[in-house]
Amino acid sequence: MSAFLSLRDLWVEYGDKIVLERVNLDIAEGSFVSVIGPSGAGKSSLLRVILGQEQPTRGTILLDGAPLPPECGPDRGVVFQRYSVFPHLTALQNTMFALECTQAPLLARLFGAARDKARAEAAAMLEAVGLGDSLHLYPAQMSGGMQQRLAIAQALIQRPRILLLDEPFGALDPGIRADMHKLITQLWRDFGLTIIMVTHDLREAFALGTRVLTLDKRRHDPQAPHRYGATAVYDLTLRPRTDVAA
Amino acid sequence: MRWVNRRMSKGDRLLWGGLPILLLLLAYVLAAAQRHAANPADKILPLPSGMVQAMSALLFERDLLSGQWLFWADTLASLQRLGLGLGIATGTALVLGLLLGALPPVRATLGPLVTAIAVIPPIALLPILFIGLGLGETAKVALIAIGVAPVMLRDIAGHVAALPREQIVKAQTLGAGSWQILLRVALPQAMPRLFQALRLALGPAWVFLISAEAIASDVGLGYRIFLVRRYLAMDVIIPYVAWIALLAIAMDVVLNHASKRLFPWAEGAAT
Repeated sequence: MSAFLSLRDLWVEYGDKIVLERVNLDIAEGSFVSVIGPSGAGKSSLLRVILGQEQPTRGTILLDGAPLPPECGPDRGVVFQRYSVFPHLTALQNTMFALECTQAPLLARLFGAARDKARAEAAAMLEAVGLGDSLHLYPAQMSGGMQQRLAIAQALIQRPRILLLDEPFGALDPGIRADMHKLITQLWRDFGLTIIMVTHDLREAFALGTRVLTLDKRRHDPQAPHRYGATAVYDLTLRPRTDVAA
Repeated sequence: MRWVNRRMSKGDRLLWGGLPILLLLLAYVLAAAQRHAANPADKILPLPSGMVQAMSALLFERDLLSGQWLFWADTLASLQRLGLGLGIATGTALVLGLLLGALPPVRATLGPLVTAIAVIPPIALLPILFIGLGLGETAKVALIAIGVAPVMLRDIAGHVAALPREQIVKAQTLGAGSWQILLRVALPQAMPRLFQALRLALGPAWVFLISAEAIASDVGLGYRIFLVRRYLAMDVIIPYVAWIALLAIAMDVVLNHASKRLFPWAEGAAT
């Protein structure tokens, strides 16, 4: 197994509260890792640390053998449960945002042919997530499911090496959620993504993931429960990636 | 039906909203008529006819001394001061508010200074401004700008700082740097708030304008009111006050409509 992303002896502490302790993980390229665990077990902390939004107290994270820079960057995309899209931009503008930022450092806006090209690329990406008819809607005019589709399109156009999902479908209706599961599986396959998804829905975790990680505390001190952190207590490989793709 | 559930139609709102104003006007006219019945030369509560007479001289006739149409010269001078002061305040509030709100090092550096300036009552600075900048236009414009800028600035900074962290993180994962986040994420979302802050700043701005004009000026709406006060000229003061109210309402309406038209995405989110 090639260690595409590897976490070495990772600790996350807030003050004297230990959230994660001694996390050692190797994640293979192209895998779809579901992270589950009880509330407060540090699922989201783990995601934020991998994302670069927070720094681990101890330990290192290596992406392709190189340590991750200490802030968020374009190599790691993210979809949060809420607030992932920009309310002041239309679907198309939201999706073009990454292209504009990458190609126009000063104005973060494109003009002329470059703009047309970015627009076409963004429209194609929106088509791929099923928003082909909603290019000019603002997020406030969209349903929750559409907003999450948009958030995914917005992240994918940057071609991130890892896509991090923080309970992306938690706020959606069951029907919509099933549609989104189909969509994310499809995109994962088509784009050859590496996905790490935090969820509290066990069925979702097992239905989508090629690997399911359960975070929980190994030890428990009844007098000072905050002094022991969580780590991966179960690590189940469900199926090799090829099975799903078939 | 419970009062909390009563919805007023547009016609009803117009009717009920106009009623207190009409009643107040009626009460004034009755009181004025009563006083004039007792003393035809009463100056305290002039009749509408008296106001028209007094104002027409200011509106349509050149002043013998200065050769100007005083009412229009006053209006123009006041609006110019107000516009300049508010313009400077708005620009400062936007730029510094964005920087303070979005960049923690700038907030740490300038935040305490802004707070310190904001707690000074601006009128207390007026003598300093008059001494430092002279009695001309600069001091009056400066008073308005200093008076309203800190409040607007803190409002914008607070709004920008309160943007969901997720948005800022997302922008970074899409390749945006600090400058691009300021330009494309923070600035557009600060704009509707800036319009609201400007609307709220209009009230204090008028206060500072009238104060500055009352103390040292030779033209302006506030100057005229305080000048004719010496002659108990209520027939000029009342129309001037009404005119100021009308101008203030017009500015508020224009800003509100402009904000709604310019930032359709903020509809519903801002309320």
